[in-house]
Formats: sequence, structure tokens, C-alpha cells
Amino acid sequence: MSAKNTSATAIASIRPNGAGAAAILAAGLGSFLVAVIAILADRSAAVKSMMVFWKPTGPLSGVTTCAIVLWIAAWAVLNARWRNRNVALARINAAAFALLIFGLLLTFPPIADLF
Amino acid sequence: MEITVRSFLTLIHGMGFGALYLMACSGALVELYRRYCTHNDALPTERDEKFLRIYLVAMAAIAWLTVLTGAYIIYPWYRAVPPRGTANLAAFPQRLLLASPSTSGWHSIGMEWKEHVAWLAPIAITMAAGVVIQYGRNLKNHPQLRAAVVGFVWVSLVAAAIAGFFGAMINKNAPVEGGPVIHIIQGEQR
Repeated sequence: MSAKNTSATAIASIRPNGAGAAAILAAGLGSFLVAVIAILADRSAAVKSMMVFWKPTGPLSGVTTCAIVLWIAAWAVLNARWRNRNVALARINAAAFALLIFGLLLTFPPIADLF
Repeated sequence: MEITVRSFLTLIHGMGFGALYLMACSGALVELYRRYCTHNDALPTERDEKFLRIYLVAMAAIAWLTVLTGAYIIYPWYRAVPPRGTANLAAFPQRLLLASPSTSGWHSIGMEWKEHVAWLAPIAITMAAGVVIQYGRNLKNHPQLRAAVVGFVWVSLVAAAIAGFFGAMINKNAPVEGGPVIHIIQGEQR
């Protein structure tokens, strides 16, 4: 009985993984978006001029600001939905790492130029 | 001995913030590995936990300072367009690099990669700091969360190293110079 109670207390004290999963997936998405928005700005003159938020820095100012705003928004939305739940973290980690690695590779100009 | 304001601020951006971040990354990886990846069943103490939280928040602050000073202070000087007919491109690093086939790659591959990949570092380390703050000692119960945090810190190290390498090489080939001169110390006269 005592051992059972201790075990139950230990399990109850384990915080659901949802809040962490939200942070991880949002960070993967944010990294991917940096690359995707940069490619869009490079391919389209209209997007490029839209991304000039501050002229001295040029399109980089808009590309990074948009990616950061979308990353923070995704983090807030996912956190609100998942913070009190346990989610399938293995799949979420895989998706987040795929997005992160794609983000890293797609920022490399010879790869970005393929699109 | 003197240095221009632009050169000094480039130094603060690259060596003050960027290099410090790279060094801090190795410290964070060692600490996370020591704490969570070894066969150490003891829970970290409150003091240890507080130290890790402060350390990761400081790293996130340094990472953001690095990319923000780079994008909004140094980069405008780097990409400045010279007036038509300017023969001496020393004050216009991007144009100086593009003027020669032997250096143009430092811009078209180096700077083009660096200016975007660098932003992955603050995103990744902010996530790591957020997870450690939210979970604290409870992270011991979440091996998959820990694995993701360590993985993202590794990728942030790689992203910062790419940006740091190209930043150093670009500044070696076409230094950001100009602005008022700061006299550091009077040299010996012969």
C-alpha cells in the first residue's frame, strides 16, 4: 500500500510533456521558416521588396522578423493546446529535427538555389 | 594603436558575443551531458538547477545580441552601396568581395549562408532555456525532452560555428572599417 502510494505520487509529480513538445516543434518550425522565407524573398521580387522592413538591413530584416513572429506564434498556440497533456514526443521530436535540419540545409546557398 | 568605431563594433559582435556563444555552447553541452546523460540517478540540487537556468538564459541573451548586432549594426555597413564611380571600395566590403572572382564566393556563399543560418542558434537555445525553465528537475523524468534539448544545442553550435567561420573569413578579406577613430594607446616613436 505504502509502496503503491509512493509510486503514484512519483508518477503524479511527472509533468506532462506537452509544454516541452510545443517548444521543440515550434523551434524546428521557426528554423525551417527562416530558410523558406529567405528562399521566397530570393525568388520573388515582390516578396523581396515586401521583406524590406528596415532599408539599411534590406530583406534580411523582414525575413528574420517574419520567421521569429511565426515561431513565437506557433509556440504560443501549441503550448496552449498541449501544456496539460502528454503527446507522442518521439514523432514530434522527429518532425522538429527534420524541420531543423532542413532549415540548416536550405540556408546553404547552393541548395537554396535548387528551388 | 588605434581602431575605427566600425571595426570595434564588429569586434564586439564577432569576438565579444559570437565567440563567447561558441565557448558557452561547449559548456552547456558538457553540463547537460553530465547531468542527464550519464548514469547518475541523483536529482540535481536546487542550486545546480538554478545555475543551469541562468546559464541557458544568458546564452540565449548572447545569441540574440549576436544576431541583432550583426543584422542591424554591422550588416548595413557591410552591404552599403558606393556612389557611382567610386574606385576605392575599401569602405564597401560587399562590393569589394564581389569585385574579384577570387573573393566573390565569400559573399555569394559565405555571407548569404551566414546571414540566415546564424538565426537558428538563438531560436534553438531559447527553446532549450524555455524547456529547462519549465521543467527544471522534472526533466530527469523526460528522456525524450532531454534528447531534443541536447540535439538542438548541438545544432545551435553548428549554426553559430558556420556563421562565426564565415564572419571571420569575410572580415579578413574585406574588413568593415570606417567611422571615427578610437586612439587606444600611443605607440613608441622612432
